[in-house]
Amino acid sequence: MSAGSATYPTESRPAPVRREPVIPNGVLGMLIFIFTEVMFFSGLISAHAIVKAQQAGVMWPPYGQPRLPAQETALNSLALLVSGVVLVLTWFAFRREQNSARIPLLLSILLGCIFVGFQGVEWVALLAEGLTMQSSAYGGFFYLIVGSHALHAVGALAALIWAFTRLDREELTAHQLATVSAFWYFVVLVWPILYWKVYL
Amino acid sequence: MADTAVDVHHDHHGHDDHHHGPTGILKYIWSTDHKIIAMQYLFTGMLMAIIGGYMAYVFRMQLAFPGISVPGFGQVSPGEYNALITNHGSIMIFWVAMPVLIAAFGNYLIPLMIGADDMVFPRINRLSFQVFFLSVIVLMASLFVEGGGFGGAWTSYPPLSAVAEYNQTNLGSSLWLIAVALEFVAFLLGGINFITTLMNSRAPGMKAYDIPLVAWMIVIASILFMLSVGPLVAGAVMLLFDQTLGTGFYDPARGGDPILWQHLFWFFGHPEVYVVLLPAIGITVDVIATFARKKIFGYKMVLYTAVATGVLSFFVWAHHQFIAGIDPRMANVFTVTTLLISVPIAEMCFVIIATLYGGSIRLTTPMLWALAFMAEFLIGGVTGIFLGASGADIYFHDTYFVLAHFHYTFFPIAIIGSFCAFTYWFPKMFGRMMNDTLGKIHFWGTIIPFNFIFIPLFVLGMGGQHRRIYNFQHFPELATPEMFQLRQIATISLLIMIAFQLVFFYNMITSWIRGEKAGKNPWQANTLEWTTESPPPHGNWPLDRMPVVYRGPYEYGHPDREEDYWPQDEPA
Repeated sequence: MSAGSATYPTESRPAPVRREPVIPNGVLGMLIFIFTEVMFFSGLISAHAIVKAQQAGVMWPPYGQPRLPAQETALNSLALLVSGVVLVLTWFAFRREQNSARIPLLLSILLGCIFVGFQGVEWVALLAEGLTMQSSAYGGFFYLIVGSHALHAVGALAALIWAFTRLDREELTAHQLATVSAFWYFVVLVWPILYWKVYL
Repeated sequence: MADTAVDVHHDHHGHDDHHHGPTGILKYIWSTDHKIIAMQYLFTGMLMAIIGGYMAYVFRMQLAFPGISVPGFGQVSPGEYNALITNHGSIMIFWVAMPVLIAAFGNYLIPLMIGADDMVFPRINRLSFQVFFLSVIVLMASLFVEGGGFGGAWTSYPPLSAVAEYNQTNLGSSLWLIAVALEFVAFLLGGINFITTLMNSRAPGMKAYDIPLVAWMIVIASILFMLSVGPLVAGAVMLLFDQTLGTGFYDPARGGDPILWQHLFWFFGHPEVYVVLLPAIGITVDVIATFARKKIFGYKMVLYTAVATGVLSFFVWAHHQFIAGIDPRMANVFTVTTLLISVPIAEMCFVIIATLYGGSIRLTTPMLWALAFMAEFLIGGVTGIFLGASGADIYFHDTYFVLAHFHYTFFPIAIIGSFCAFTYWFPKMFGRMMNDTLGKIHFWGTIIPFNFIFIPLFVLGMGGQHRRIYNFQHFPELATPEMFQLRQIATISLLIMIAFQLVFFYNMITSWIRGEKAGKNPWQANTLEWTTESPPPHGNWPLDRMPVVYRGPYEYGHPDREEDYWPQDEPA
């Protein structure tokens, strides 16, 4: 064993102790999932950017396609951002006294629903004006990207409503609230980037 | 410990370790135990390997003896041929390599190796297998719908894959795509579990550098998978919409771009190679350390080079597209990154060779598999240099040289690596030893024909034989007697290899029933899974005797000790 004797360190270790995880399981799992989601939206956005860049000489949006309602959506985006801020307040309220988190959590859910609902109204109007998934790559990407975001928003809202029912029964734990909130923060924070890339 | 894991404890064995979950057959179908889920993945993967192997048998027969009625299949039509090669590729990568190497061994080994009672999210783990099983059903269904299975190759390039008039498999191609997407969901759920478990549930005393390398490798592979799969899911949704809703994302006539799919696919597709390679290397390193009775020469070297490989693997994807019309300046950049990635992999090979040097080598069956993995993968790696260089690739692209190259990488990964792991951990999984003589017969009966299948294909590829041709008789310059001889050598070797797999199944079943009892630690190995019963009980260790870690996983042949191994949980 002369060849390997130099590789044996004589280290003395402190006695093993059980350590609490730095990030709780649920939150860590959710964060890993969010990384995947970030890559998913990056894929969509870069596909959109490539197709848009190839049309540089041509018109974008293509001739005869309606323009997207950038101002109205900006206003609507504000509802989503405020909802995110209210959820931060919910967290602090929950940490202080659990029951005081009810109203801000409900407000956050309501603002989120307003955002999703208004986007739905906008879609109906755009469809009436002749912008469909089949009408052009422009329309296809609009519905694909905004639709993916809407699906995530609906899923996150369902999770927030689940958290609210648990809070109502005083069963909600801080880890659960943090896990659910992490997903909603993702939905809120990814939206300005999508708005910038798709609407502007 | 984990909230959910603790829940399971209360649910399932709060009262003197008795299992209160579903009983009877349901225990095996509806279980949240990581070992049972691992078995589900393992045996589903094995079944899929048989199906994928059967497909290879059918189309190899057609290539060597065009037009014959293949025993067990009948005459192969061009459409069926395309469906067979497409689904052979998809099955072997997504339904064999991934479930066996990552899901089965990841599920089985990670909690046992880090001293946890289960995964942190047991129910998500169960859901992962159920979604995976659904994907198997959808894929199998896609072969039997009207028009037959999808035949546009596993890379599924549009417009062939997007337009039903071109591929003639309207329903088959959509079902294939849905099956792949479901499979990704399954591994997403599994990957979240692996990463979180490794980070949060380690036994007291187990630091980052005390984790066995195979556990590290599976987790690094999961991270790679999680980071690379998003863009492909985005691309797959777009392709599905092109197929079913009539959108034009990949249709240049309507403002789309077909090359876009290639970028999205290979941004995932190339890291995917390393997603399956890293677990196989981890298994090899573990087995080699055990049977060389020596400490790994460079534990941190392997770990860091694995991370480096992972990072680099995100910057090499366009080497699949050198002739797809990408900018030649970009091709140069991707040539450099592609050749760079051989550096970390070569370092891992050097670590393994240095570990073998001066060791007291025991040539058991798993050790033979591990050594064969190294030898065969090396050939795959070296032939990759020609394909990574954009100049040479212009000639080699889409020939049998490429095919032989990636079979020399994927076969060692998916088949040799899996056999290595299976023969090594079989005593732990089933409590009995496998027959070593039969194991060695199976080993040589697999390795020798394997080389006789693919070395002729290298030669054929250099002779200009194109991939994806149904019948070479239609091309006079590819239909010479010499070329047909080489094809027949490959096909007959495949038949021999398939025949030798019967030895494996015979060995597996007889050893399972009446093999020699294995005991806790038949290989005198150090890692934690060898400190519990074989097979481990529900919860892995008795609640009051959960393991505690005092040292690294590869302390073999310590000069101050009488035994040549030093288990991780033995106090100093």
